[in-house]
Order: sequence, then C-alpha cells, then structure tokens
Amino acid sequence: MADILQLLVAGLATGGIYALVAIGFVLLWQTSQTINFAQGEFVMVPAFFVLAAMKLGGLSFPVAMLLGFLVTVVVLGLLFKRLLVDPIIRHGVLPLVISSIALAIFLKESVKEFYAADAQPFPAAWATTNLTVGGAVVAVQNLVIIAVAVVAVAALQYFLAGTRTGRRMQATAQNPGLARILGIPVERMILYTFLINAGLVALASFLVSPIYLAKFSNGETLGLVAFIAAIIGGFNQVRGAIVGGLLLGVIDNFVAAYLSAQYRGAIPLFLLIAVILFRPQGLVGRVEERTV
Amino acid sequence: MTRARTARVIAAAVVVAAIVAPFTLKPYGIYLLSLWAVMTIAAIGLNLTLGYAGQISLAQASFVGIGAYTAAILTTQGWPLAAAFVLAMALCFAIGWLLGYPALRVQHHYLAFVTLSFATLVFLVLRNEEWLTKGVYGISGIPRPTVLGWSTQGPVDFYFFCLGVLALVSAATWWIIRSPWGRAFMALRENPIRASSLGVDTRRYTLMAFAIGSVLGGISGVLYAPLVQFIEPNAFALGLSFNLLLMVIVGGSGYFYGPFLGAVVSVLLPEWLRFSEGLYLILYAVFVMILMAYFPSGLLGLAEGLIKRAGKPAPGPALPTRDGDAS
Amino acid sequence: MPAVLEVRELAKTFGGINAVNGVSFDVHDGEILGIIGPNGSGKSTLFNCILGQLTPSAGEVRLDGRAITGMRPSDLNLLGVGRTFQLLQVFPQLSVRENLILAGQEHLGSIWSRLAGRPDAGLTGAANRMIEFFRLAVVADERAGALSYGQQKLLDVAMAFMAGPRLVLLDEPAGGVNPTMLANLRERLRAINETAKATFVVIEHNMEFVMSLCTRVLVLDEGRIIAEGAPETIRDNHDVIEAYLGH
Repeated sequence: MADILQLLVAGLATGGIYALVAIGFVLLWQTSQTINFAQGEFVMVPAFFVLAAMKLGGLSFPVAMLLGFLVTVVVLGLLFKRLLVDPIIRHGVLPLVISSIALAIFLKESVKEFYAADAQPFPAAWATTNLTVGGAVVAVQNLVIIAVAVVAVAALQYFLAGTRTGRRMQATAQNPGLARILGIPVERMILYTFLINAGLVALASFLVSPIYLAKFSNGETLGLVAFIAAIIGGFNQVRGAIVGGLLLGVIDNFVAAYLSAQYRGAIPLFLLIAVILFRPQGLVGRVEERTV
Repeated sequence: MTRARTARVIAAAVVVAAIVAPFTLKPYGIYLLSLWAVMTIAAIGLNLTLGYAGQISLAQASFVGIGAYTAAILTTQGWPLAAAFVLAMALCFAIGWLLGYPALRVQHHYLAFVTLSFATLVFLVLRNEEWLTKGVYGISGIPRPTVLGWSTQGPVDFYFFCLGVLALVSAATWWIIRSPWGRAFMALRENPIRASSLGVDTRRYTLMAFAIGSVLGGISGVLYAPLVQFIEPNAFALGLSFNLLLMVIVGGSGYFYGPFLGAVVSVLLPEWLRFSEGLYLILYAVFVMILMAYFPSGLLGLAEGLIKRAGKPAPGPALPTRDGDAS
Repeated sequence: MPAVLEVRELAKTFGGINAVNGVSFDVHDGEILGIIGPNGSGKSTLFNCILGQLTPSAGEVRLDGRAITGMRPSDLNLLGVGRTFQLLQVFPQLSVRENLILAGQEHLGSIWSRLAGRPDAGLTGAANRMIEFFRLAVVADERAGALSYGQQKLLDVAMAFMAGPRLVLLDEPAGGVNPTMLANLRERLRAINETAKATFVVIEHNMEFVMSLCTRVLVLDEGRIIAEGAPETIRDNHDVIEAYLGH
C-alpha cells in the first residue's frame, strides 16, 4: 500500500510535467496548426538560460530564473513564431514539421557546442528532503511539482474560461475564420498561445532539471512522451493533454517498478498505437465526423 | 525537352565522377563515398514513401537497422551476404506493410508520431534483446562479401559493390515511378479521395508504398553493416531517421534525383567543409529552416524554379491560372 | 426500362440530425436524372452514401440488382460507377494527360501487370481521344493545377468518363463555370449519353442547366424526396416552389 502511494505520487509528479509540456503542444496546434517537433528541446533550453545567467552574468539563482523565464518567453515564444512559424506555415504542415525538426537539432547542438556536452547540476528552488507519510516515503520535490503543475493548469483554465482574452483565444482555436469576422484580433490571440507555450515549457524546465540535471539531449524523450500524452488524451482539447500526461506519468512509474525497467519507454508507444487505431479522437476527445 | 536533357547530362557527369573518384581518394574519402551510396539507397526508399506517395515516415532508420542487424547476425555466423539481402528484404517488406496500416487511418502529424513511436520501439528492441543483438556492446567483425569470386575486402572494391547496388536500386525505382504504380502513388499524395473514386485501391497502394520504401531501407542496412563492420543500436536511433528525412526534403522530395543530392549535403559536404560535426549540424539546421521558408520543394525545386525563370517564356497560348491551385 | 441503380430507404444521421431520411428511387438505363433541392437538403450526403464515401445509417443500394451498400469507392468505380465531386478534384501536379491516364489505368489488368507491363499500354490513345472530345488539346501537357477553373472542371468531368462507366454521378458540374463553358459541357454530356449509352445522375443548383439536360428530376428537401417527374412538371410543382422560397 505504501509502495503504491509512493509510486502514485512520483507518477503524478512526472505526469504533471508531461501535462504542462503537452498542453502547450496542443494549444499551438489548436490555434495555428503548428506541430512543434522541438517541444522537448524547448523544455531543455530554459534551464541553460538560467545556468548561463548565473555563470556568465553572475546573477543569483532567483534573479537568473526570472530572467531565464523572460528570455524563454521572448525567444521560444515571440521569436519562434515570428522567425520560424510565420514564414513557413503558409507552405503547409509538412514544411513546418521539417523545420521544427531542424530547430530541435539546432537547439540541441548549440547547447552542446557552446555550453556543455555533459549533464549540468541545476539548483532546486525547494527542499530536496523526503517526507514519511503513513509508511510511504514521499519526495518533497514531487509534491512541489504536483502543486506547481496544479496551480499552473488551474490558472490557465481560469484564464481560458474566465477572462475575455481567454474566451477570444478559445474562439480563435475553434474557428479562426469566424473569430476574424467577429472582430477578434486572431493574430494577437495566436501570439498569446505561443507566449503561453513558452511559459509552460520554462516552468516544466525549472521543475524537471533539478531531478534529471540539465543536458542537451534531455528533450528527446520528453518531447516524444508529451506528444504521445497529447494524442492519447485527445489532440483537440487541453483537458486531453492533462489526462494523457498524468496517465503516462503514473503508468511509467508503475511499469518501471513492477514490470520492466528496460521497456518502460515502450508502454507509451503501445498506448499510442492502440489509441490511434481504436480511438483516434483520444480518450476524452470528441469525434469530428465530416462529409467529403 | 531541354530540362530532361540537362538532367541527363548532369546525371551522366555524376556517374563518371562516382566511378573515377575513388582512385583519387584516400581510404577515408572512399569510405565516405560508400556511406553516401548506402545512405542514398535508404533516402530513395523514403522518397518513394514520402515524396511520391505522400506518406510521412520517421521510421526509415529502423529499416536500415533491421537490415544491418540481419546482415551482421547472419554473416558473423558464416552465412553469405546474399542470404542477408533476401531475409532483410522479406522482413522489411512485411514490417513496412504492417507499419502502413496506421496510415490508412491517420495522416500527417499523427502518422509522423506513429512512425516515430515505431522507430523508438525498434531501437528499444535492438538495445534490450541482448541474446540476439548483443545490446549496447554491438556486433563487431562483420565480414565483407565475396561476390562471384570477387572479394570486396578492399575499400575501393566494396565501394564499387555499394555503387552497383545503388545502380540496381535506382533502376528499379525509376521503373516503379514511371509505371502506373508511380502515377497511383502520386495520386495518393495529391488527392486520395479523388483517386479512390477513379478505382485506385488506395489501401493497397499505401501499404505498398510503405513496404517498398522499407525494403530499400533494409537493403541500405545490409550494405551498411559490412561497410562500417561494427554496429550498435545508437546508429539507428531517431537521429538517423531525422537525417534521412532531411536528406529527402533538402534534395527535393518527389524528385527522382533529390535523395542523391540530399545525401551529398548530409554525408559528404560536412567533410569537405571541414567543420566540426556540431557546428556543421547547427549550420545545416539553419539552412534547412531557411530552405523551408523560401523553397519548401528543396534544392531541386529551387533549381527548377531558377531554370524556368532564366529560360524564355513557354510557347503556346497564355493561360489564366489561379493562385493556390497547386496547394 | 430496367433500373441500373436502385436506392431503397437510404438514411444517414449525423449526431441526431437526419441528413438523408429514408430516400428511395430508381435510376433507369440511359436516362439523365437530375436531383435538385435547396442548400442542406442532403444531396451531397446522398451521393456520398451511394458511392461508399460515407457509410449509410440504414437502407440499401443496388447496382444492376446487386447489393453495393457500403462498398469501397474504388471497388464501385471498378464496377463501372464514375463520379465527380462538388469541389474541383484534379491532381494538380500531374499533366492533363497523366490525370486522364490515371483515371483509366486501374481498369486494365491486375495490380502486378500494371507494375510489370508496358506503362500506359493503350491508355495514351484513349486519353488523347478524351482530350479531343473535351477540347483540352492546347493544355494537354500542362500541369492540371495551372489550368483555368473552367478547364479544370472539364478535366474533372473527363476523368469520370475515362474508364467508360455505365453510370456517372455528377455533383454540381455547372458550379462556377462560365456560360460558354457551360454550353460546351452540356453538349459533351448529351453526346456521351447518346453515343456511349451512359446513364447520369446530376446534382445541380443551376435550374436552367438541369431543365435543359435532364430527362427526369427528383426534388430533395430536408433529406426526403418531395417531388418527382419530368422537368416541365417539376417547374410548376407547388411543393417545390414552397421548398425553395422558404417555410
């Protein structure tokens, strides 16, 4: 029982991070049909912004983290949209897929070439001790991750459903053409989703880096798992990304503990293939039947 | 047709260069040329699946891996390389056919992720099933074949062996894309619903496009193993799949000569320019992004555009055109 | 006259909405049947259910007495049923001639003979005749995507006839076509109907086009047939006027 609680907490923490990354991914797709194959690298990079600010700029950790967050929002939000997505999306989805793959290579190799090829320790903004709850050993940082993820998702949901801008963004996501006719500044709404995505990946980066250390290759698996979470949950809904992320996180931890550590990476892939074959709209997604 | 003639002249010049070049190069240069030939074969396969039939696959490296491991396991146990070719082609055809099934249900980005997941699965199997693949330790001492009494042990000999296989693969691919199959593949790419209303069995052609593309990946792998003589799972990870995809796109997806050019950019150019690997990849990535922004049809698309612009306006009556029809 | 196509109680619902609601009719050999009806009356859905593009919720479709309900579009085409779509559907990167050859190639030989045999055996000639017939000779080697809208429309229709089908369903062939081109199209369709003994079903908004081309007209409203008859009787039918002018 204690084991199960322990694994559940660890799983929800992992899943919370997957969910943050997957939500951003889904938002970009919904509003602008952007498939970001560099999403995993987007999570890898912000930690290096912080490390660079500390090492090269001599800033303290909290200041560096704030700066890292802002730089991420500008570079991976604003510049990503203006310099890469805007000129390419008019050619269709495939060229954008290709260039986001190229962007992933660019980010990975740049960090490796200009910062470091080996894993870098990343400071944690919280206690790294363990708590004992009813016989189960629970890492404080897992609780922090869960708390931060819950707050972030709740804030995002409030923003999308409870504010005027949020509702305009949803309208843009559902029907950009109609939104434009209704006088919603569609372009600005799309930009907001890019900024939100950048904020989410920065958050995920700061949560995950103290555990796995900051390394140029961190994005590879994280990005793939986040895509899979988005598809499993339902690609056309933020809710789906949350469900998919949490589910994968929990399954991942239980499989590693009870089945096979070697093939823990394979479980999401089987899930993905099963979902695509039998329920392509995702676990919580809606069917969109269209005539020809 | 001047364009066709230009292409033929250039192709002939490249063939001559490919035959003469190894005699002027050191062993490492010959190795790179062989690698170019081997990667071109895999890229030709992907170009068939993606460029002609319009089905995106991020799993081409897996078929190179399946081919390479088939060759490594069989030849280190004394089987001839010919047996590896037969088995690898059969395996890749069957697995490629199965990989095509998701493409019947989903397209574009979904298909990209399904194939990406499949590639990750193959990588996990290669790494974890040590009884078969020796896991992370890899398989070493892979022998080079003797073909009808001709030993391909030396670098030049093995290069010509690879070049010979490339020639066969190119001829077969040329035949396929000029046949009604090639036309059906293109119809699949441009408008599958219309194609099926004209009697095109889109299911069968989609699966066939995956299977044939995968077979070429397997052939490439069967050559790759004796070329490098030591293989391990990381060589066939996602990085290679991405690299092959970029070769096809950069060269010009849907152009017959695209993969040849793409493999030059990806395999030969970094060595000639003598950049460190990391720096080259960074510049390459920037180049790909710029290419996608301005010339999404790749280098050959760019060349075609330049030739058209330089040439005289086409004879015949001027016809009204509508923008966006081609998209 | 024997029925080529029999549609019985065909229905299709989308999330509780009855797009097609129990439609039955016969198409007789050699006739040109028009189907008219206001926007959203279920015409295109009806076509897509007959042609296997959508799976009907209920009902049956028979071709020459043989049940074809839910058959795949490609198999139906091989049985001799051609079609065009409401929106233009050509292959923009292929030349006009290649578009036509593609439209005929799957009807010849097996899939393996198509790989092994001489490419385009016999089809080039047929494609050239079709190009002549639809007056597309000047653009025969152009990419289909570079043609004018009207020319693409002609090519689209020509492709549906390339394999010599006995039944062709045309979804708004006159949509967006200028008057000169339209007269050309009507004349071509009549000629094929007479010489090749092909049977047509035509969905159309352009009343004048329907009335001058069709031998019989069905009127669809809210997924049901509300009237049927010769063009001149339909024109004066009270229910039809009602359906078009509003409720």
